[in-house]
Amino acid sequence: MTPEELIGIAESEHESQSQFTQGVNVCVAAGCLSCQGQAVKDAFDQDIKRRGWEEQCQTKGVGCMGLCAEGPLVSTHDGRMYKHVTAADAPEILDSLGGAAVSRLTCATDIPFFSRQKKIVLENSGVIDAERIEDYIAALGYGSLIKVLTEMSAQEVIQEVTKSGLRGRGGAGYPTGLKWSTVSKATAKQKFVICNADEGDPGAFMDRSVLESDPHRVIEGMLIAAYAIGASDGYIYVRAEYPLAIKRLRTAIRQAERLGLLGNSICGTRFSFRIELRLGAGAFVCGEETALIASVEGKRGTPRPRPPYPAQQGLFGEPTLINNVETYANVPVIIRNGGDWYAQIGTEKSKGTKVFALAGRIRNTGLVEVPMGITLREIVFEIGGGIPDSRNFKAVQTGGPSGGCLPSEYLDMPVDYESLARAGSIMGSGGMIVMDETSCMVDVARYFMDFCMTESCGKCVPCRVGTYQMHRLLHAITQLTATQADLDLLTELCDLLKNTSLCGLGQSAPNPVISTMRSFANEYKAHVQDRACPAGVCGNHARVQP
Amino acid sequence: MIAAGAAIDFAKPVPPNQDKRWRLVEATIRRLGQQSRGLIETLHTVQEAFGYLDEDALKYVAASLRVPLSRAYGVATFYHFFTLKPAGEHTCVVCMGTACYIKGAPQLLETLERELGVTPGQTTQDGKVSVLTARCLGSCGLAPAVVYDHEVSGKVTAAGMREQLGKWKSQ
Repeated sequence: MTPEELIGIAESEHESQSQFTQGVNVCVAAGCLSCQGQAVKDAFDQDIKRRGWEEQCQTKGVGCMGLCAEGPLVSTHDGRMYKHVTAADAPEILDSLGGAAVSRLTCATDIPFFSRQKKIVLENSGVIDAERIEDYIAALGYGSLIKVLTEMSAQEVIQEVTKSGLRGRGGAGYPTGLKWSTVSKATAKQKFVICNADEGDPGAFMDRSVLESDPHRVIEGMLIAAYAIGASDGYIYVRAEYPLAIKRLRTAIRQAERLGLLGNSICGTRFSFRIELRLGAGAFVCGEETALIASVEGKRGTPRPRPPYPAQQGLFGEPTLINNVETYANVPVIIRNGGDWYAQIGTEKSKGTKVFALAGRIRNTGLVEVPMGITLREIVFEIGGGIPDSRNFKAVQTGGPSGGCLPSEYLDMPVDYESLARAGSIMGSGGMIVMDETSCMVDVARYFMDFCMTESCGKCVPCRVGTYQMHRLLHAITQLTATQADLDLLTELCDLLKNTSLCGLGQSAPNPVISTMRSFANEYKAHVQDRACPAGVCGNHARVQP
Repeated sequence: MIAAGAAIDFAKPVPPNQDKRWRLVEATIRRLGQQSRGLIETLHTVQEAFGYLDEDALKYVAASLRVPLSRAYGVATFYHFFTLKPAGEHTCVVCMGTACYIKGAPQLLETLERELGVTPGQTTQDGKVSVLTARCLGSCGLAPAVVYDHEVSGKVTAAGMREQLGKWKSQ
């Protein structure tokens, strides 16, 4: 593959697509597939065939369009979007092409949900066919790889990423450029690049969506990273629970290999890189980098103390770069438009955009990408459309089991790494779950502790025993049988786990408890002193035990 | 078990039986170079082919990859995705992710318990339905979500669930 060949592929793809005068894009990402998206796509294909329109009207199975709650979603090349489309609606939509829209299915695209977003990572989601590499190349795909291989030294690539201010999108927010630079300085015969696609936070589906909608972007990001740090082998560690993402990644890797974009001497240079998939097997702790490495090595996913950091001794004892899916997905754009361009977006310390998965008691559930620094209020009430059923906002939970619940006084806080940390939560991987007055915050804290207890790997005592004891206390509180002494003990255990656990899972497990105790102290008080649950959740139905 | 000190023929551990699906497993083992690092991948292949991991399978995989049986067993039990028991004729996986939880997943589990008399991880006595929970399916936009026989169903209600169970029962 030479730069000219790549341009050739893009041009012939543009040409073949421009032959169509009309087109229909049907979302076939997991959200819409679970409400019959594939049947809708098939119905369009059949009806186009019946009409003999194959030459003029294109149908494309595309990735996530974002508004998952209204699926299956269909967009047409004349700029319309339709929601809740069924297979039976296909003829009517095809009839309307070039004429008046089908009003009963129309999904307004001028609402803040679409207009307030800024798409970088998701620029191709809902636009290209994830299973065709040509479509990605036509959308400037692999252009950044060619640019890096032909015009830039490894050092320049790292400088550009450093300049962009990109920080790890997995949750902790470590500066990506610094991480790359550390691994590149390590001396070893072999280095590895790992993509962490073990998206374990309940309520988070950003990575799944990126992998399903635009898998080549992640591969290109990994290739650029490998070139920058001098690695020749990479692994994508993806959850086995995401069969569609796995299938599309496998297809993407095969296609890239066929075009010589993966494998030996890529584009005729001395750079070689191979990617293998490794399937996770349902262990939340494997999101922690040392546990993930153990799992790629075929062992139990238990973390080990750091240092040595994976940047010095990682996979098979060699220097290893681990980044999250979304981090890699940002890289091709940074190379294409430059680090300075990227650094203009966002706040002083948190650059760029962040993809959030909006879920829970919110009208527009789905996937959004917003610039850093936007307020929670804008995300929840403008983009998210507010709380349905005329109920009141109570809290928004970010960061999954390691994060916290933010009450309404934080709504006007800008969303960036530092502000969220100050408010007692974390950015996390991007799950954002909105709760209204029907949710009991003590019950939510118990839910997360139940999760951490089940997911504790058992290696270190504070986490293994501590999460169990904390869950026992929270269970008693939600059963309305706890005393003030139990509450005091709970506070003490929060401190203990935070300071003595081996890895991030145990250290952050108390976060949901700490943040709810701080912001919703009256609810804890009501459970313990008045033996009553203000939200009417606790004590009513039998608790589900793992 | 292999006696201590006995000569071990590492070259040819024999599959537990004549079942053709073992060829898939052998292919995975070969692809990963018969190394211990391929343990999880191999167990995935076994589970995909047979539905679960039994003792014979674990012994065979451990011998083929030259790892102690204890390690194969340790890995198989550490990860939630692996199961050592065969599943029922139908499976019903209730998502317990945060979005599903606050939108009524616990009530769905109660419905299942009432209707079938089983708790998550169990199979009904007639072997018809297995009930499982998932940490998060990532279908949070469709909460609460349930997977009936590998098909994700969104915005599930107790009534809808009873209907599905009724369909399975009448089959």
